This record gives sequence, structure tokens and C-alpha cells, in this order.
Amino acid sequence: MGRGLRKLARQVGAVAATAILGGLLTAALVRNSPGADSDERLLDPRLDAASIAAIRAEHTNFLHAGFWRSPSLNRPISDLIAARLPVTLRLIGIGLLAAWGAALLLAILSRNAAFAGIAGVASACTLCLPSAVLAILVFSLGGPVGVVIPLVLFPRIFETVRNLLEHAYTLPHILTARAKGVSTAGILLRHALPVCAPELLALAGVSAIMAFGAAIPVETLCDVPGLGQLAWKAATARDLPLLVTLTLLIAIATQVVNAAADWLTPSTGQAA
Amino acid sequence: MSLRARIAAVVLGLILMASLCADWIPGMSYAQQHRDATSAAPSLRYPLGTDDLGRDRLARLLSATRISLLLAAAAAVGALVLASVAGGVAGYCGGWLDRCIVRAIDLMLSIPWLLLLLAVRALLPLNASPVASLVLTYALLAALGWASPARVVRAGVRNFRNSEFVLQARAEGCTETRVLLRHVLPNLKPTLLAQFWTSVPVFILSEANLGFLGLSAGEPFPTWGSLLRELQSPLLLRPEAFAPAAAIAITLLCFKMVTPWGGSQV
Amino acid sequence: MTRRIFQTAAAVLALGASLAAQTGGELRFCLRADPKTFDPQRVEDDNSETVRYITGGVLLHVNRKTQELTPELATSWKIDQQGRRITFHLRRGVSFSDGTPFTADDVAYTMTRLMDPALHSATADPFRSSDAPPTIAVTGADTVAITFGAPVSGLERLFDQVAILSKTSPKKLTAVLGPFYVADYKAGVEVLLARNPNYWKQDASGKKLPYLDRVHLQIQQNRDMELIRFRRGEVDLINSVDPEVFEQLAHQTSATVSDAGASLESEMMWFNQSPAAPIAAYKKAWFVSKEFRRAVSEAINREDLCKVIYKGHAQPAASLISPANRFWVNSTLRPHAFDVDGALRRLQQAGFAKRGGQLYDREGHAVEFSLMTNAGNRTREKMAAMIQQDLQSLGIKLNVSTLDFPSLIERMTQSFNYEACLLALTNLDLDPSAQMNVWLSSSSDHQWNPNQKTPATSWEAEIDKLMRAQTSEVRPEKRKELFDRVQQIVWEEAPFLYLVNKNSLMAFSRQLRNVAPAAIQPQAFWNIETIQKSTLVAER
Repeated sequence: MGRGLRKLARQVGAVAATAILGGLLTAALVRNSPGADSDERLLDPRLDAASIAAIRAEHTNFLHAGFWRSPSLNRPISDLIAARLPVTLRLIGIGLLAAWGAALLLAILSRNAAFAGIAGVASACTLCLPSAVLAILVFSLGGPVGVVIPLVLFPRIFETVRNLLEHAYTLPHILTARAKGVSTAGILLRHALPVCAPELLALAGVSAIMAFGAAIPVETLCDVPGLGQLAWKAATARDLPLLVTLTLLIAIATQVVNAAADWLTPSTGQAA
Repeated sequence: MSLRARIAAVVLGLILMASLCADWIPGMSYAQQHRDATSAAPSLRYPLGTDDLGRDRLARLLSATRISLLLAAAAAVGALVLASVAGGVAGYCGGWLDRCIVRAIDLMLSIPWLLLLLAVRALLPLNASPVASLVLTYALLAALGWASPARVVRAGVRNFRNSEFVLQARAEGCTETRVLLRHVLPNLKPTLLAQFWTSVPVFILSEANLGFLGLSAGEPFPTWGSLLRELQSPLLLRPEAFAPAAAIAITLLCFKMVTPWGGSQV
Repeated sequence: MTRRIFQTAAAVLALGASLAAQTGGELRFCLRADPKTFDPQRVEDDNSETVRYITGGVLLHVNRKTQELTPELATSWKIDQQGRRITFHLRRGVSFSDGTPFTADDVAYTMTRLMDPALHSATADPFRSSDAPPTIAVTGADTVAITFGAPVSGLERLFDQVAILSKTSPKKLTAVLGPFYVADYKAGVEVLLARNPNYWKQDASGKKLPYLDRVHLQIQQNRDMELIRFRRGEVDLINSVDPEVFEQLAHQTSATVSDAGASLESEMMWFNQSPAAPIAAYKKAWFVSKEFRRAVSEAINREDLCKVIYKGHAQPAASLISPANRFWVNSTLRPHAFDVDGALRRLQQAGFAKRGGQLYDREGHAVEFSLMTNAGNRTREKMAAMIQQDLQSLGIKLNVSTLDFPSLIERMTQSFNYEACLLALTNLDLDPSAQMNVWLSSSSDHQWNPNQKTPATSWEAEIDKLMRAQTSEVRPEKRKELFDRVQQIVWEEAPFLYLVNKNSLMAFSRQLRNVAPAAIQPQAFWNIETIQKSTLVAER
């Protein structure tokens, strides 16, 4: 019990340290990137010299609005995140479920050559259209925005799952099982999928991050008020407090998701 | 080589030849604006029509194929090499090295990459050649794009590190480096190939997304990504505007059919 | 006969019913982003300005169609003391949206708050003719006089931007005098404006305005999405339509499109003439040469820009003032003529020579420079590509570089690390005094060579003198004469190469009545209190 708690405390500490490091790196990136101190208001010809000096002085003190307030959106960061987090979680959650469901199903069915052909072409087609274009096409056809994320994720998951399963089916013990008359479902569930489990679980963790990456252009283009759109606005406005906060959140979420994937991975014995 | 693979090889050859020879075909220029023939429909003169500045779409597509294909493939290879090294070392060695590399991967996945791309783009000299700008963009995408595949590679390596063939190799006196490079990583071919085949279009699409922001190579230089911007306005869409997307899909499918390492059936 | 009477009566009844049905309803259109503020005195972005315009009650209003000043909350006004004092007589019996009475004290409070130096308001700065704050005298319940330290040119027109706030209302900023008030705001989603039940205006028949019940402003950044939603009927008007889709929408039966002629916006490019610019000295020498600038201007085919990019919905630009600004434009000026041979002759006179398709300066440097513009603006990127091809005829190699806006501003205003820039200038105000900070050589907004301690050229010194003179001049005709001369100098010296004035293009649902498209912002809904929405759609 004591060891377990110590291990948990170490994990939490490592997560926190990584997140803080990510925040610091982001802050350094924002402060040193071109345009960090520029402001569109400087181009307003109505402003006199005193107002322009005041705007420049604001940017010298980049925390003039307070660390917990977004200077570009002029609102508390906690309010922004609280309002947008459920929207993005819903979009990503549905996207991941749909993408994994479709990818697994089609990967399994790709044992049949015809299905393999159709699935391969579908995968190539969705892989070759930018998420921005998919979003606009879906929207213009009256489809729900939630369809876009599965379309973006599906080919990336499908290709890996299909390759892993194909390789697994060539392993000696599975060939033996087939020769002994084990059913297709049995081979899949008791032999093939467990062999692929470690990589599939890692992919699952990574796909959650990919889903958020896909959410950024989708939310921005379709004006879905989620965290992806917020991240986009923060990056283009060089909004340091908001970017650092988002980086902290994403770093913590990434590590938690990946740690969960590692924890669920079956043990492979002692370390080399 | 199967019939399908041969057909794919021929198609691929034709695409590559056409893209390499595009600059020498008389009357075909990716930059020339024919202002009296803007947004023209496909015809004998312009097989894929013209864009809204009167530029030959086919000429632009062929020029874009050359550069985007080369750079995207190179970036994918680069990212995969980095991913293999990082994921391989982390998964094989375990312990504190694994933990450090995993944290580095998670950190890479958390940093707002868009800001980095904007910053690097903005730092480029304004007179930098479009090719230099594009090479730098893809290099950056490769440097940022290794983290996701590294995670998958790591999981695969962990799976194999105590396998029987690995134990046998060690028993026969192979060094750990040799075991990793000659025995473990080759068994990850399916994973690595899948990552490669998805990385190439992902990098092209990342460049396209930058193009939507207006941050692709400077005018008039075409890339697959910048050509895909035409798809952004569905009300003004013409079927020929899908040509770049079709080109990417066909090229990738052909590559997959042709490669001897099989990737998978298509 | 009887049948005819019956038919006429039926038609009249139907018309009456349809007219009665045209009050109420919700007008829906899009904002590009969330308003940054709901404080009308801190407005600095277009989206906040839209909310301010719809909710704010002003003393005087510029009719966007006629460009004439009309009384609003002030029934009359008088300017005296050589343009230093303005006295308003206010409308009686007016209340704020929460019922608080409107009085002269509210005007005094509004102006005092506006002129607070700590506010740094873009609305306030044009009033600041001297360091001393204005004195405000309330001489009755409905009379107020504001006296400034020095004359303020175009004083009365500045009040079109000043929304009157209540000094005593418990609702503070949300108590308004405009036709609508902010009823709800969901960040990232929408701003809902409700009808002001105490709005003072009535129509000719005595019916209280506004006709609409609500205005629904939807936050929609992407123009393509906005267009899709307009076609679906989810949005009633588009304030600014892209030229490419204008013709498409014109064929749509449920939409009306309008081209109101030249807007106040000018697309322009300029060369970096700042001595502090970290660019090669030989390039600086090109950019400060009038002949070089004029030659580049004459090599650009403005007609092609209008035809190809704007599909004919734009005009070649001649001056810093658009023809839409009827009073102030110098109508004797014409755009620099497209004349490649003439441009080459100019360059030869300046010591340039074209050899083997490439232009060289007298020291043998190949003429090549970069043109930066903001990324993501497809129109401007296309314009840059067309200019690139046009300059090839002179043997000039132009490198086009697109940057995200913060990086662009940083290069323009801080590092000056650029060679040429392509951007647009939108004159929000018709009066040229609003552009003082562009034309004064000492100003930071003097884009091509800002913050000059003394004017670098004689023509910039003359512009400084003329602009100061027109600011302190009260007579409009005399001011026009002075400002015409400024436009003439700019035309000759070409520090800015004015390219096109794009037209104001709008789209409306056919359910809307009384729309009056104008060339000046807010072009589609400037008369929002009289816009009606019907459930009946007019036949084509």
C-alpha cells in the first residue's frame, strides 16, 4: 500500500513537472515569437500618441490583464475553459468512438479482399482531404459537425489496426489455432487482438491527442465554441496567459490518457 | 509482381514522369496568368481548366506533385526515424530512460505546434525562396510529428523485448543495440509502414492547413496543400478542383500497391 | 363592376394584413468574432462597433445614404468660438431603455467619462485638440455646451460615434438610448439584442420604432459557412459579400444582392522609406525615388485587378479618398494610367536599365524586392500574385510573402524589417481629420516613414502644413481646398500606391423590407430601426 502510494505520488509529481515545463516552454515561445508585442489597434489612425504609448506599455507588461484573464478576449480564463470544455469533450468523445468502431470493424472485415479494397480506397480518400475541407463539405451538405472528427481519425486508426491484424494472422500460434478449427471470432478475440493490444492501446492514447488536433480546424471553421477554437484564437493573438493555461491542461490530459493506456497494456514480463 | 502492382507501377511512373517533365512541356506554365480565361472549364487547351487567376490547373498540379511528394515522403521518413529511435530506446531499455522519453513525448504532444510554425514562418527572410520556405516547413513538421508514432513504436518494442527470439539472440551473444536494430525493430514493420503511409498525407494536409491560413509557399509556387485551398469555398466548387485530392489519393494508393514490403492489400 | 370593387377590397385587405405582419420578427446576421467590449466608449473592433451602433443613441447621426448630418437626440446644435464650442438642444421626453429619463446631465457625464485621459479611447482621441480637457456646461434640462481648448475640425460629425450613457441608471452601461439593447450574450455563440420599449423614434404614421422585435447576432468567423447558412435561410443578411459569390447569390430566388458602389476602403501598397529599416542601402535608394514608385504604379494593371479579383465590383483607385466620400474626394484626380512603356521610360530616367528581361539599377543590382501582406486574406494574396506578374514586364522580380497579422504589424511598426507592404485602409470617418495621424510625418501611423523628427522631404513638410491648416479651419470649402492639395501631392509623389476601391456588396433575404444599401459602414443595416421582416416573400 505504501509502495503504491509512493508510486502514485511520483507519477503525479512527474505529470505536474512535465505540465509546468510545457507551460514554461510555451511562455518562452510566445514571448519570443515575432508579433508578441504587436497590436492591431496600433494601426487605428484615430489614436493619438498618448494612446499608442499606452497600448505599447500594455504589451511590455504582458500580464497587465492579470494571469488568469485573457487579454485578447477580455474574459476570465476559467470562464472560457468552463464554457468550452464540455463542447470539445463531447465532440472528441463521439469522434473517437465512431472512428475506432469503424476502423476496427473494417479492419476485421478486410480479411475479405473486396472489403479490403473498398476500405482501402475509403481510407485513402478521407486521408487525402484536409480536415478543414471535410468540415466545410459536411456542413454544406447539412451534416452534423460531429461527423468530421471520425472522418479525420478513421484512416489513421484503420491503417495501423489493419496492418497489425494482418501481421498477427501470420503468427505461428494463430495458424495452429486455425488449423485446429478454432472459429474466426475465437481467433480474433482470443489470439489476434491480444497480440496487438499493446500497440492498439498506445494508438488509442495517441488518437485522443490526434482528435484534439483535428478539433482545432473543425471548431475554428464551423464556429463551434470549443477548446480547439480557443487554442486557435490564443495562438493567432499571442495570448500568453491563455496559451500557457491551455498547454498545462493539454499536457496533463495527454499524460493521463497515455498513462492509462500504459496501465491497461498487458504486462510483458521483466524489463531487459 | 502481381498485375495490380504492375499497373500501379505504370501509373506511378507516368505521374512522376509528367511531374518531372512539366516544366519542359511547351505552353505549360504554372505561373502564367491568362486573365481573359479565368475560372475556365476544362478544354483541350486547359485539360483541368484554369483557376481564378487564369493559371493552368494541370500545370500547377504537376509542379506541385513533384515538390510535395518528395518533401512529404522525406518528412515522413525523418519523423519515423526519430520515432523509431525514441520509441525503440524507451520501449527496449525501460526504467528511468523510458520514463524520461515518455515525458518528452507527452511534452511534444502538448506544445502548441501552430505557434511554433507561425513563429518560424515569420522569422524567415521575406525574400526567402519558396522552395527554401517549403523545405523548412516540412522539416519542422517532421521535427514535430515524431511524437505520436514514437508512442506506438514504444508499445510495440515493449511487447517484443522479452520474446523468445530476443532471448535467443541475447543468448547467442548479440549486443543490445544489435538486438534492437536487427531483431526487434524489423518485427515492427507493419506498425512502421502504417505510420509511414499515414504520415505522408498527414504532412501534406498539415501543409494544406497552413495554406488555409495563407502560410504556404509564396506565390506563384504551387504545392498540393495550396491547391487544396480551392476546396474551401463549396459554393464555387468545380469537379476539377478535386484534382489535387485525387492526385494525392491515387499516388498513395499506387505506392502502397507497388512496395515490396506489402503494406497491406488495398 | 361589383367584382372589381370586391377584388380591389380583397387586395387592400391582403396588403394591410401583410403590412401588419411586417412588424416584429427577428433579424439574424453574423459577427466575425465576439465583441471585445460592450462599453461603447472602449470600442476598437468592428464587432463591438456593430453592437454599439445598434444599441447606442447619439446626439447627431450621419445618414449613411446621403452622408448628411441629421439631428437625433439633439434637435439642434450650434458651433461657435471658431469651432471650439458646440451647443446642443436636446430632445425632450426621451428615456433610456430602463425608463431612466434622458437629460443634459447624461450628455455631460458621457463626455466627461469619454475625455478621461486614462481611457485612451479611439472615439475620444479625435476630440483632443489640446491637452486641456473640454469644459462642459449644462445650462438647462435640455441644453448643454461643450468647449474645447482648440478648434476641433469636423466637430459635429464626431458625435455620430458617441453613444450617450446614463449618469443615474442602476443598469449602468446596459441602459441605452438606441433602438435595441443587449438582452443576452453567449460567448463564442451569439449576442441577442431586444427591442428597446422606450425608444423615442416613430415612423411617419406615428408607430413606434423599431419594427423588429429582436436582432440575433451570430458569431461566425468563416465566410463560407456564413454563406451556406444564408442560402439555407438561417441568416437574413450578409453585410459584406465576396465578389465571387455575388453573382451566384444574384440568381438565388430567396435573396437580393446589392452593389452600392465604391466603399470607403482602398487597397494600397507602399514601399518602406524608413532610414531605420534594416534593408540594403541600394534598395532604400529605389524606394525613396519618386520615379521608381510612379513606374511601379504605372506598371500595375488596375483594370485587371478589378475585373479578375473583384469581378467588376471595384474601381481603380486614384486617391487616398474614395469616390464614395462625395464631398472630400478630389474628383480631378484619375488613377495612374496603366502604361508599361511609360513606366520603363521613367525608370530609364532614374538610371535603371532593362537587360535580358531583368531590370538593373545604375550600380548593377538586379531589381528584386519582397511584398508582404497578411495571410489568410485570399483577395489580397491574389492581388499580390497579379502585381507580381505585372512587374515582370518591367523586369522586376517580386517575392510575395504572407505573414500572420501580429508578425506583419511587428514588422510594420517596430522592426521596420520589410520592403513593401500590401494592405487596405478603411476610412471609418468621412472627415479627413480622422486621417491626421497617417499624414503627419511625425506620427507613428505615417506608414512609409513614421516618427520623423523633421519632415524628410519638402512634399511631406507641405502635407504637414496643409493638414494642420485644414484642422484649424472652420469653413468647409476652405478645408476642401487645402485637402484637395494634399490629395494632389500624394498623387504626384505616390508614397502609397492606391490600387482599387472595392464596392460595397451586400446580400439580403427577400423577407426584409426597407433595406437601404449604402456605401458606408454599416452598409446593410445602418437604418436598422426601420427594417421590417415579413413572412411573405416578394415574387421575383
